[in-house]
Amino acid sequence: MQQARELPDMPAPGAGASGAPLLRAGGVTVQYKTPDHLVTATYRVSFDIYPAERFVILGPSGCGKSTLLKAIAGFIKPVEGEILLKGSPVSGPGPDRMMVFQEFDQLLPWKTVIQNVMFPMRENGIAHAEARARARDAVERVGLAGFVDVYPHMLSGGMKQRCAIARAMAMKPDVLLMDEPYGSLDALTRRNMQDELLQLWEDTRFTLVFVTHSIEEAVIVGSRIAVLSPHPGQVRAELNSPGFAHDARTGLAFQNLVNHISGMLFGGNHKIDGDAHG
Amino acid sequence: MVTPMVETAIKPGPLARPEREYDVVVPEALGDVEQALPLTERLWNSTAIRRLIILILLAALWEAYARWSNNPLLFPTFTDTVEAWWHGIISGVIPQRLAVTLRMLAAGYGIGLALAGVFVTLAVSTRLGTDLLSTLTAMFNPLPAIALLPLALLWLGLGPPAIIFVIVNSVLWAVALNTHAGCLAVSTTLRMAGQTFGLKGFRYVVKILMPAAFPAILSGLKIGWAFAWRTLIAAELVFGVSSGSGGLGWYIFENRNLLDTANVFAGLLTVMAVGLFVEGIIFRTIEARTVRRWGMQQG
Repeated sequence: MQQARELPDMPAPGAGASGAPLLRAGGVTVQYKTPDHLVTATYRVSFDIYPAERFVILGPSGCGKSTLLKAIAGFIKPVEGEILLKGSPVSGPGPDRMMVFQEFDQLLPWKTVIQNVMFPMRENGIAHAEARARARDAVERVGLAGFVDVYPHMLSGGMKQRCAIARAMAMKPDVLLMDEPYGSLDALTRRNMQDELLQLWEDTRFTLVFVTHSIEEAVIVGSRIAVLSPHPGQVRAELNSPGFAHDARTGLAFQNLVNHISGMLFGGNHKIDGDAHG
Repeated sequence: MVTPMVETAIKPGPLARPEREYDVVVPEALGDVEQALPLTERLWNSTAIRRLIILILLAALWEAYARWSNNPLLFPTFTDTVEAWWHGIISGVIPQRLAVTLRMLAAGYGIGLALAGVFVTLAVSTRLGTDLLSTLTAMFNPLPAIALLPLALLWLGLGPPAIIFVIVNSVLWAVALNTHAGCLAVSTTLRMAGQTFGLKGFRYVVKILMPAAFPAILSGLKIGWAFAWRTLIAAELVFGVSSGSGGLGWYIFENRNLLDTANVFAGLLTVMAVGLFVEGIIFRTIEARTVRRWGMQQG
């Protein structure tokens, strides 16, 4: 049922789509069990993610986007289809796909910021000195240099998420998975964090898979956006986002793209709210 | 006829008021903004001082009542008790009895913890293990451990093994129950985070699950300690001597037989002092260095 309707040419971003895909989802159907039901979260979802792409999975609540991301992370096994990372199937969670969660309690409360960032590296056989150097660098990049020896409970929500991002990035994973990482933040902090993420990407050009239900966030953060239809999630479209600087976000091009996606999801015009969050 | 339009027009709006700006006084002009409280008030604010005052008052009350009743056989004075205690310590009797008691406690507590570890490991890894632990704790947790002493004496004979058996029983279930509950309460996010780091099996339990459940584990240890200490002293009172060397409970019992009430009081004081030391100093220090520092527990 996948229509091959190509959209007017939008420039492919950065290093872009060349060579083999880094991550491939082929006909992925994911189901999960509730006490009473077997719920099909996504139905035959396919997409390719290339190196240095900022791939956003966008969809309304209940479209199975988080479940899909958990399948990529290896927490859930698809009942149909396959997920390939660098050509080999994903079999379980692992440090080659570090994940940043929405919840603030993903940091280990008994470790300081720097210890948190170092922990996955140390557990995966990276020597202390190198782990420390990489952790310091990552912590500095996310602007937590002054808080290295602070325990997580003393950090604000945004700082906790920055620390989680630093922890994931310092590991230098093949793909960085983010599950609505800014969903629990206030509007202002969220906007700053989106810009910071883009800046980090400019610096290191990692591959990102980002899940969100906010159309604006998808358009701002993503270079390529997979729009999922609701319940069960199926790929409705794959779009390119040219990347919008701050002042372009009130412009016509931005609005048009948002409206285009909004029409696809809700069949109507979408009003952009000030905090760039749907 | 009043139309709705007119009606809304009559409704009063907010009063139009002029805007105002004020000059504020420079803080320096106000004099001392931060004044030190008087010494007496600062002392009164210290919990330690207030408790000390209560202790002194109680001791004074005790002394006054004992002198008034003038019956050292039933109620020795505070000074007599302290004297008896001091003599007990100097002569080495109390330290020696205390050492016997603590050795027994350490053995019982240690075995109890190890067994609790085994049960919890079973419980977190298999469903059958969970059921086993739940059933056993449901059976044995409400049972006062001291009630097992007659049976223990029958099985293990008169001596330390019987007492250790009873202590193990008092520690094991409280610690296992709390640790298991703590492990179950670890958030899904933290578990998933641990798994994305590539941690599995034993390393996952030791490096993620156990520290995350530490507040519950610690409270289990505290409850276990309290049960063990009370049970131990009670068991020693009932039966606590083996080859001539008894523990603190035996010391109390022995002196009661000799009608040396001041020494009975001294023994009780020692029991209290050890209890306070472990709860107030040891566990408090562990708490301050771990769960409170990590923000996993307030206060």
